[in-house]
Amino acid sequence: MSRKPLVRECPPTTWYFRQPRYMRYMSREITSIFVGAYCVLLVVGLQRLADGPTAWEGFLLALQSPASIVFQILAFVAAVYHAATWFNATQKAMPLQIGEGFVPGNLISGAHYAAWAVLSLIVLILAGVF
Amino acid sequence: MKERTVQLEVLRYNPDTDTEAHFQRYEVVCQEEWVVLDALNKVKADIDPTLNYRWSCHMAVCGSCGMMINGEPKLSCHAFLRDYEGVIRVEPLAHFPIERDLVTAPDDFMEKLKRVKPYIIPKEKKPISEGEYKQTPAQLMKFRQYSMCINCMLCYAACPQYGLTPSFIGPAALTLAHRYNQDSRDGGRAERQEVVATHEGVWECTFVGACSEVCPAHVDPASALQQMKITSSLDWIVEHLMPGGKSARDTASREDAGDIS
Repeated sequence: MSRKPLVRECPPTTWYFRQPRYMRYMSREITSIFVGAYCVLLVVGLQRLADGPTAWEGFLLALQSPASIVFQILAFVAAVYHAATWFNATQKAMPLQIGEGFVPGNLISGAHYAAWAVLSLIVLILAGVF
Repeated sequence: MKERTVQLEVLRYNPDTDTEAHFQRYEVVCQEEWVVLDALNKVKADIDPTLNYRWSCHMAVCGSCGMMINGEPKLSCHAFLRDYEGVIRVEPLAHFPIERDLVTAPDDFMEKLKRVKPYIIPKEKKPISEGEYKQTPAQLMKFRQYSMCINCMLCYAACPQYGLTPSFIGPAALTLAHRYNQDSRDGGRAERQEVVATHEGVWECTFVGACSEVCPAHVDPASALQQMKITSSLDWIVEHLMPGGKSARDTASREDAGDIS
């Protein structure tokens, strides 16, 4: 008996609509666009700073426009979501074995969240927020 | 026992007569506590003996009866009818060629399984007279979870990367490579790295995580692959950035030697 297997292709552009978990994955990946765009914004800011006080003032003014504020809020939400997915992944990528048992995964992720909070606090203190 | 009439929509494909697959609807009187596999067995016994599918143990151990049930990769012996409402759509495992009806061709997976050398490659061969290779319970726990794979291929059906890039070695095979790499008796990591640390290996994985969500044996392939990405990255750093760094093969041998102590 000859074989004639039927191949059903995975649709290259619409596959992520098949499953809610694929949509969650894509939403995680899409956050990188906002994170990347915000990095570009920071580089532009550095360039304006190097161009002198007038250019810098203009940049700060542009940051306060409604469109810019909307973008910054979106970028912040995306960055927080991206960071959370990363910290949640640490327990899978870095399991810690002690003797015959493993440290509970939420402790490993929790330690990363704690380090994140402490470092953020230090940055805010250095920036003179408090 | 309570009875329930279940509507099954099953994908059919006959390689002798069909060029495309099509769905066929069956109405089956089932017991409330049955699983989808029981309903398929009822179809084959009483309604349509031409229906083809694989199964063996009926207790989620053999890994033969993997299917897409309402679009989700499942062992059909582990998919209880009581968890489904309305028409239940049964298709062969996604991302594998369909041989006939619900039977898929696992050739690609079997080939990849061989490539990762899923067996112990002893660090040092010793004669039987020297006794067994001993292992502590802690050393066993380091890889035990990853040894629970039943080769059901649900993780391949769940993995969009495998669907889009069929050359990807895939979750189960790479996880087995990790299982042997983690074994204190094994010295074969360097050999496996030639398959693992490549674009077709762990670097094709983008951590969708679907493999771990569908695994009926709770193996967590996603964790194995992320761990192998870390060790492969460390290999690269040692080889390219450290003064006097050796190739990954040498590094692996050195690490393995270190494990003995």
